[in-house]
Amino acid sequence: MTLPLFTPDDDPGPSFVGLLGRLGVGAPDMPDRIDPALITHGTTVVAVRYVDGVVMAGDRRATSGNFISHRTIEKVFPADSHSGVAISGVAGLAMEMVRLFQLQLEHYEKVEGSPLSLDGKANQLSQMLRGHMPLAMQGLPIVPIFAGFDERVGQGRLFQFDGTGGRYEERDYAATGSGSLHATTVIKLRHHDTLNLDGAVDVVVEALFQAADEDSATGGPDPVRGIYPIVASITADGFERLDDQRVSDRTAVLLERLGGSVVNPTQPGGSGIVR
Amino acid sequence: MTMPMYVSPEQLMKDKADYARKGIARGRAAIGSTYADGVLLCAENPSNTLRKVSEIYDRIGFVGVGRYNEFDQLRIAGVRHADFKGYAFSRDDVDARSLANQYAQILGHYFTHEMKPLEVEMLVAEMSEEDGGDQLFHLLYDGTVMDMASFVVIGGEAEAIRDRLEGTWNQEAGLTDAVKASVGALAGPDRTLVGDDLEVAVLARQSGRRAFRRVEGDELDALLA
Repeated sequence: MTLPLFTPDDDPGPSFVGLLGRLGVGAPDMPDRIDPALITHGTTVVAVRYVDGVVMAGDRRATSGNFISHRTIEKVFPADSHSGVAISGVAGLAMEMVRLFQLQLEHYEKVEGSPLSLDGKANQLSQMLRGHMPLAMQGLPIVPIFAGFDERVGQGRLFQFDGTGGRYEERDYAATGSGSLHATTVIKLRHHDTLNLDGAVDVVVEALFQAADEDSATGGPDPVRGIYPIVASITADGFERLDDQRVSDRTAVLLERLGGSVVNPTQPGGSGIVR
Repeated sequence: MTMPMYVSPEQLMKDKADYARKGIARGRAAIGSTYADGVLLCAENPSNTLRKVSEIYDRIGFVGVGRYNEFDQLRIAGVRHADFKGYAFSRDDVDARSLANQYAQILGHYFTHEMKPLEVEMLVAEMSEEDGGDQLFHLLYDGTVMDMASFVVIGGEAEAIRDRLEGTWNQEAGLTDAVKASVGALAGPDRTLVGDDLEVAVLARQSGRRAFRRVEGDELDALLA
């Protein structure tokens, strides 16, 4: 491996993706049709703004067709010290994109001597998604959420994306993945402007629980195996993943609260079948 | 009839070396030294934006003196080399030794094959998670590499600064004492250097994945007080 030196007119600047292109490392050629049962999909992730910043969370399930391929996959990652990215869609490609995105932000910071602005980071991710669009159109979409603490305005901000690289800043919350419809409904009803960290964690835990309840591709909390959603907060102090114990405690509180309202499954339904 | 001008190889090399040395000696010096918690990088640099000390990778730091555009170009190439290697293999596979060798190749190539040698002197430092494993690689304009475990002085008046630091450097020193020793050696007996004249950074153990951290502003003033 030699030292990558370039002539001024061929220099990739602070772009790590540009550097990979110069070094001849690109995306592989894809077949025309892809069997969805061979591809691992990650599902529901959410982000909620609260008074000190943003909380991001994701369930732990990955599916291949109708199979559960992983029970403990992680879909919420730090992008750099003060921002995070959560992914849904084709897991393998999405994780590679996250890895490249993390590297891109760090590479820029080191080459230029100062970090990108939060808008600059969101724009970078948008451009990476646009580059991925041909694969998305072939049935391999990646749909992330990007969130961070904007030190210039002193508050948390969050961005939603689509398969074309469209970037949409959301004011209070964002959700993506197969269970996002149900998760969004919960967040919409529970969110308010004075939400603190505990409140925000409760909202995302409940949102993922309800999403898992309605969507088979979203995994719910699993106390038997000790699997709980990944929850992270991003504040002026940076990205911090909450420990499992805290998430498990909040899940227990939620289950306790919901326990009273669950319909007794032994009651006869109206199916007309004689028991 | 014109006679082709003959210059002996010895003379040619000597002229190139003198040229490079003169260019490097004009700049202010920098010190890389090991201390109790890792590696301290300390440069005399009145500019707050044109950096001599910078981050290459998780546990690798860089200091360059001499011609700014030349060592900055090499710094960026080093960041690219490290980031690409970490991407292609694993973050654990990126080490200062291989980077120092790459730098040596480039410096050596310029020195022997190009009209003008690179007027730079550089230091590549790697902090080790274990005490006493830190490495400092000292690179000269002609591609010479030397590895040290104690301290390296690069730039103008390096000889005098090295003598001064010899008496005050201590492997077991904490950050405050290490900074005082380095700054004292850079300043010499007749000058006092304040925070604004300095660029200081550490590669400190147990400080997370990216160990490089700049020590500046109030924190630096407090260490110098």
